[in-house]
Amino acid sequence: MTTTTDTAPPVPAPPKPRRTTGHAPGSKGSVRARTMRWVFLLLFGLFILLPLYVLIVTSLKVSSDVSASTAWSLPSQLSAQGWIDAWDQLAPPLGRSLILGVSVAVLSSILGAMNGFVFARWRFPGDTTVFTLFLFGMFIPYQAVMIPLQAMLLTVEGQAAWFQGIVKLIAVHTIFGIPICTLIFRNYYATALPKELLEAATVDGAGMLRTFRSIVLPISAPAFVVTMIWQFTSAWNDFLFALFLTTRQNGPVTYALNELAGGQNPDYPSIMAGVLLASLPTLVVYILLGRYFIGGLMSGSVK
Amino acid sequence: MKRAKDWLPGLLLVSPSIILVAIFVYGLIGQNIWTSLNVSRNVVTDKITNPGGWQNYTQLLGSADYQHALWNLLVLTVVFMGGTMIFGLLMAILLEKGINAEGVFRSVYLFPMAVSFIAAGVVWRWLLSPAEGPDQAIGLNQLFIKLGLPELQNAWWSADNRFSMAAMAIPAVWQLSGYVMALFLAGFRGISADQREAARIDGASEWQIYRFVLFPQLSPIALSALIILGHMSMKMFDLIYSIAGANSYQAAVPATLMWTQMFAQNDRVGAAVNATILLTIVAVVVVPYLIYTNRTEREMGS
Repeated sequence: MTTTTDTAPPVPAPPKPRRTTGHAPGSKGSVRARTMRWVFLLLFGLFILLPLYVLIVTSLKVSSDVSASTAWSLPSQLSAQGWIDAWDQLAPPLGRSLILGVSVAVLSSILGAMNGFVFARWRFPGDTTVFTLFLFGMFIPYQAVMIPLQAMLLTVEGQAAWFQGIVKLIAVHTIFGIPICTLIFRNYYATALPKELLEAATVDGAGMLRTFRSIVLPISAPAFVVTMIWQFTSAWNDFLFALFLTTRQNGPVTYALNELAGGQNPDYPSIMAGVLLASLPTLVVYILLGRYFIGGLMSGSVK
Repeated sequence: MKRAKDWLPGLLLVSPSIILVAIFVYGLIGQNIWTSLNVSRNVVTDKITNPGGWQNYTQLLGSADYQHALWNLLVLTVVFMGGTMIFGLLMAILLEKGINAEGVFRSVYLFPMAVSFIAAGVVWRWLLSPAEGPDQAIGLNQLFIKLGLPELQNAWWSADNRFSMAAMAIPAVWQLSGYVMALFLAGFRGISADQREAARIDGASEWQIYRFVLFPQLSPIALSALIILGHMSMKMFDLIYSIAGANSYQAAVPATLMWTQMFAQNDRVGAAVNATILLTIVAVVVVPYLIYTNRTEREMGS
């Protein structure tokens, strides 16, 4: 979807189901065709939900109840031990990830709003070239910058000891989130911000910053929701930057989860509970704000 | 040309981002390429590991490890892209006419997108574990036994054959089918009902309506989806790292091999060469696409 504004506008989120496109459910089509459709729908659903079943069931077992032959059975006795163990190990990194996600969401969105406004409505010579160069930054494999980035940030950490762990990741995710946030805001302003309104503001003598603050920002909420969710989710779910730039002591929850799951003698109840704990925040966001979540996906799921 | 007084504030407002992108994207890419051309020696034996210049590239491209990783990447990409596109399109077709509980199915199909590759990888490592036999097998192998289909058991991604990476595509398909579904669903919903009605009146069958009326209009969406999936596949790291472990040879792709070079083999220069090639592969796909969409957008007058 990336740069295409013609296929689906990124914001506000996805088109609501329109019954007008097809025929009303059940009006046409044989019983057999409808049965087939339901069978396939349920089969896909089963495929998608299978791992969720494993996670929930296994997380509630006692360690001794986890054996090959009972791998798919319901727990013989319910136990919260897995959850308790997982919480003990993951609580500090969960807190760090929360700080990371929220900071990145706020910072990236502010930069994105400023850039998007300029690229959509306050253009300067060469702006399309700059914008295209930004967009390419969205697609690069981060491996291509990782080696010098790691060295550079270590040098900074040597100068300023506070620049480590989550602080590093906040900076990195904010910077590499600039392209996607700029794109989302630009596409939003291109449709939601009438040129006439800005012209009127200019005639009234308002400068750019004043226009931005009093006319543009007040109508930006939908785009803010989309970029904040998007950036929160990608910072929360990132592993590559975490692995290269942080340590066991100061890394986010993906780092800690990988450590928890990577032991020699895996304790499956706590591992599976850990997976659920580490996924809960993004799942809650998805369930509560799904429409906007999908809006972000549509405008460029590229990471 | 407008007067500078009019556009300069705009440029100033974006300048922090321009500087950051210039340094952290383009500056670091440059530095990485520079590193990749260096001469390097083994710290212990002092033997030259990278002769320097373009020879670093021919050396890596010619090495058996790298070619193995490239082959794996090809298998993974083909199965992942094919599987995700087919699953996503089927899901969209099943849902596009609107059925009861459509919202539930949409939410279920999309939910893996909210989960990290690392978290998904932990579950799929369990599901795809290679042990076989009723007392050993867990995951899908045990499920096959329980379902009375023990002959379906296999070693998945760790199987000893050239196509075992295809199994690694299963979790990736699981994670991204819903995304492709959402794209196609939006596409279907964007096509007016009149077109179908007209085709139906002309006597077109359901299949013909899809084939000649609907699918052609979805091709821009299909292209976007292919580009996005393709470039995700090229740099897929988390999932493989999580399922196969840090330094698996069996499941190596260039992105994970880079990690091995950097930390297990202590070969920074080789890792930089690998990363530069990865960037080139992605750029070859993405740059023409960016130029193409840029042009169509301008033609559409936005």
